Amino acid sequence: MELIVASAIGTLTAGGVYLMLRLRTFPVILGLALLSYAVNVFIFASGRLAIDMSPILSKYGDASYTDPLPQALVLTAIVISFGMTAVLVMIGLGAFLEAETDRIDVASDEAETNETKDGAA
Amino acid sequence: MHWIILPVILPAMLAPILGFVMRHDISLARVASIAGTATLVAIAVGLTMLASDGETHVYRLGDWPAPFGIVLVLDRLSAMMVMLTSLLALVVLIHAVVTGWDARGRHFHALFQFQLMGICGAFLTGDVFNLFVFFEVLLIASYGLMIHAGGRERMQAGLQYVVMNLAGSTLFLFALGTLYASTGTLNIADLAAKVPTIPADEAALVRVAAILLMVVFAVKAALFPVQFWLPATYANAPAPVAALFAIMTKVGAYAIIRVHTLAFGPGTPGTDGLAASWLFPAAIVTIAVGAFGVLGAKRLMPLIAFSIVGSMGTLLVAVAAFSPTAMTAALYYMLHSTFAAAGLFLMADLVVSRRNGDLLRTQAPTIQNGLFAALFFGAAIAMAGMPPLSGFLGKLLILDSLRDPGTIAWAWTAILAGSLLTIVGFARAGSTLFWKSTSVPVASAESEVTDMPEPASQPATAMEIAPTMAAIALLIGLSVFAGPVSNYLEGTSAQLFDRAGYISAVLGPEGEG
Repeated sequence: MELIVASAIGTLTAGGVYLMLRLRTFPVILGLALLSYAVNVFIFASGRLAIDMSPILSKYGDASYTDPLPQALVLTAIVISFGMTAVLVMIGLGAFLEAETDRIDVASDEAETNETKDGAA
Repeated sequence: MHWIILPVILPAMLAPILGFVMRHDISLARVASIAGTATLVAIAVGLTMLASDGETHVYRLGDWPAPFGIVLVLDRLSAMMVMLTSLLALVVLIHAVVTGWDARGRHFHALFQFQLMGICGAFLTGDVFNLFVFFEVLLIASYGLMIHAGGRERMQAGLQYVVMNLAGSTLFLFALGTLYASTGTLNIADLAAKVPTIPADEAALVRVAAILLMVVFAVKAALFPVQFWLPATYANAPAPVAALFAIMTKVGAYAIIRVHTLAFGPGTPGTDGLAASWLFPAAIVTIAVGAFGVLGAKRLMPLIAFSIVGSMGTLLVAVAAFSPTAMTAALYYMLHSTFAAAGLFLMADLVVSRRNGDLLRTQAPTIQNGLFAALFFGAAIAMAGMPPLSGFLGKLLILDSLRDPGTIAWAWTAILAGSLLTIVGFARAGSTLFWKSTSVPVASAESEVTDMPEPASQPATAMEIAPTMAAIALLIGLSVFAGPVSNYLEGTSAQLFDRAGYISAVLGPEGEG
């Protein structure tokens, strides 16, 4: 199970980094979403992987339990990354409507040359 | 003792009221926002007085004991940073209100208060995951402020800024996961107690976590090689927002100081010297990047942004020594560079709004050319580190504290050469903007202006100049009262390096072992 979880995190991260390097709004948003999935699973796994154990300390007997803290942490992380993705989509949309290009690596100094390029396209 | 949480609660309560209740009444929002920020200054003064006895005050949220519940920790360093934030915020807010920036888009005041909430929380928290949460609060507010008033270039720069910081947040979470997996705690005091007990040959994961955390904080602090987002962001943000962002780079520096001194600092077998060995060369290169950027900038706003990069390099060179004397110097320079950067951006706003853009080229002098030139001169010599303002004292303290034979050659060369290049860059910009422009005949300029969009040519009122003057006055105050300030800072860095004191204050005496 460790191998499956670890390779899943690795694949998600690799895909996320690749998509982020595309430097276009839509792939970058997808890439950041993949990265945040990867990190959520990673945090979840940081409390050790356990099967059939509840995250609650049992007061009856010696039933072992799994670490509840990473589950609380990952909940916070999911909420934050979901909200942040929504903000990113809105700002990306705003930038696209303003600039009529979805590239995100335009340096402000190149703005003039880009204007002519946009005009041609 | 509930005072400690007030810098978080006050803006957090005020912001929704500003956003929902006062959204249609800008003057009501202005009054409430300024009153709230002034109250924050008063609270910060109270907290600084509370902390100046040298004790570490702990506020347990929900009264849960420390490693299990979340704690806020107030010591001299946090109190000083909250004080710095609130003073800067008041100056910037008054500038934004007087120049009308806050009315050019929606929800400026609500976002501003959320930003303050995040910054104050980041300075006060005693838990690394809580630090992440407050980072996100201040970031999400800064996204809104960054694209305030809109415009094509600002939206694109804002998008870059958001993507950069989201990637940074993901890295932060990876670092926290690694740290939790290897130590089983995320409380800073508990980390400080547990990390030194890990033997050097089992500390590989802790080392990975320490370096990942440093990369994350370096993104915020604009340290080479992750400084590239800063010039584009600051240059395209609204000028008052850029002035407020002067504290954001210091949040990153503060996090490095706090976490890498207490948890991974000197005396831990696994991570001793790890942060310093990477931080020092990176900070040296950052100084060079900042200096060449200042020299090569074609516009005024990027020029100031690059001077901030250079000042962060200078600050972190001193932090990288991880010694109490160097930390004292670094903290003094941190106070100075925040106000210097803010003063420069506020001054730039007054000038740029009266010129056609912020390109560094000769054109007809603006109205009140002499006054703006004097303000620019004052802020620029502060930033470049020339006497008599506090930049000189700050750099002198830093140079004096870096006498270790292994570092002296690199550090002194970088700081002195960087200062020289910064002076040349500022002198070139100042003479182009204010001096050469006096030779352009006004008549020909006016005929030119008629077919261009007319820049606001009203003279700046006293109220518009006051915030810039206040920023420079704070710098003068910082140099006049350098003695008392550095006394306080010496106590601060002594407290910072007193790890046992911090641990026993947060975890209670039994957690010390």
